[in-house]
Amino acid sequence: MMEFMEGSHAVAHAVKFCRPEVIAAYPITPQTHIVEALAEMVANCHLDAEYITVESEFSALSACLGASAAGSRVYSATTSQGLALMFEVCFNCAGMRMPVVMSIVNRAMGAPLSIWNDQQDSISLRDSGWLQFYAEDNQEATDLHYLAYKVAEDKNVLLPAFVCFDGFILSHTYEPVDTLTQEQADSYLPRYAPVHRLDSDNPISFGLFASPDYYMEFRYQIDQAMKDAAKHIAKAGKEFGEMFGRDYSDMVEAYRMEDADFAIVAMGSICGTVKDAIDEMRKDGKKVGLLKLRTFRPFPEKEVRSALSGVSRVAVLDKNISLGAKGAVALEVKDALYGSGIPVLDYIIALGGRDVRKKDIRAVVEMAGKGKGDLFYGLRQELLQ
Amino acid sequence: MTAAELIAVAAFAGGVYAQAFPAFGVERRGAPVQAFVRFDNQKVRLRSQVYEPDYIIVQDSTLIRDVNVFQGLKEGGIVIVNTEKALNYPIPHGVKVITIDATSMALKHLGLPITNTTLMGAFAAASGEIGLTALEGAIRQRFSGELAEKNVAAAREAYEHVKGAS
Repeated sequence: MMEFMEGSHAVAHAVKFCRPEVIAAYPITPQTHIVEALAEMVANCHLDAEYITVESEFSALSACLGASAAGSRVYSATTSQGLALMFEVCFNCAGMRMPVVMSIVNRAMGAPLSIWNDQQDSISLRDSGWLQFYAEDNQEATDLHYLAYKVAEDKNVLLPAFVCFDGFILSHTYEPVDTLTQEQADSYLPRYAPVHRLDSDNPISFGLFASPDYYMEFRYQIDQAMKDAAKHIAKAGKEFGEMFGRDYSDMVEAYRMEDADFAIVAMGSICGTVKDAIDEMRKDGKKVGLLKLRTFRPFPEKEVRSALSGVSRVAVLDKNISLGAKGAVALEVKDALYGSGIPVLDYIIALGGRDVRKKDIRAVVEMAGKGKGDLFYGLRQELLQ
Repeated sequence: MTAAELIAVAAFAGGVYAQAFPAFGVERRGAPVQAFVRFDNQKVRLRSQVYEPDYIIVQDSTLIRDVNVFQGLKEGGIVIVNTEKALNYPIPHGVKVITIDATSMALKHLGLPITNTTLMGAFAAASGEIGLTALEGAIRQRFSGELAEKNVAAAREAYEHVKGAS
């Protein structure tokens, strides 16, 4: 049913339909309306879950980790500094193979303090072993939660997952979302059936000490599970499409790429603006297309290589910066295209909530055409004197 | 933001795609803020702020001294200003300005100087983009009981006031 909702509330409703059994969150500033709405649902008996109020984000994710180890479906949501405080626990969730699902409402990292959007927070957890999905709009932001649980809990994957969507730009925006019913959600996402769980009658341990004779094999298996997750995303995404009409079997989405000579690569809400800018540039005869990444981990290397094989130039829009190197997406795209000879130019853009307009996308395409790239786009030179 | 949300809800109820969002800043009731609404017959994908509006609603006319509220307004655009006095400000060419004492109307109906629903009524009448029924539906969806009816009455008076004036 099409409903007109704020992004955070739409996500809260989707999470409710996923039937998490344990929710733990900390109301750090910034937090979002998601956990506020879920707390209300639990308090009013509209959601049968244990809602644990904790004293920090570190504890929030620790509580989720413990509950997941006990065999529960768990959920948390966080953003920017809150995610930073969870850093250690993020690695533990992946290392212990706990299918925790967490919404990351993307916001910039301090200092300087910023409450606004970019994707530095989740990108900085790139190497932690969590699946990372990125939503373009609130429809994807809700749908990807169902997908995330389905993939994360698959016994061949067993990895935690971030569902990332842009803070404010999506979380605080009201727009129509086609919501599932509880019955539809249940038919897609059955109850979590843990393969291993803490059980006093059948004791096992998680997260033990691994000496140099064992540690590397653990890491190898996490990496293999992450790489194998690609085919489980394809399967779960296809099933979602067959049931509800929105197909997420591809980890990337190509927009007007069929005959494109120039490709833009981006993730998240900026893709909507890019699509509108592309339609305008197409009218001017410029053969520009967009390759949107819906999954950043595992990185869809083959899909990226194949989708970009026919273009003569690529511009990557990065809402993050690996300081001292490049944007994280550009680094991956360059790696995927290594040896092809196709130039990849990186544009660090929209950090800390700076607005992006269609004219900015056109400007990037123009700059890339002249070979000018690998830079911060739109810097105010007067502030740098 | 409430006004933007209500306009978008009413537009969506009227059968179009709608998008409403705040200019993200200080999240404190009463602070000077901007909020934006887009609606279209097709899905709105654009995420930038609105720089060339068709309509502008100014909830507090004292802000006109500090902000060029007319900036970017399209030719033939309409500006609705909440003020009790005539507007002592140069109006750009080709712009239609409608003034309404929304604060007094809100005080009369709600007992509070909160002008969201009143200005929505004025917007519906001035623009013709949303109907009175959809607007009342949006108000009743947002508020409940007596509060909803008070807001509906405020919106209706503003709607009729602007209709009568034009």
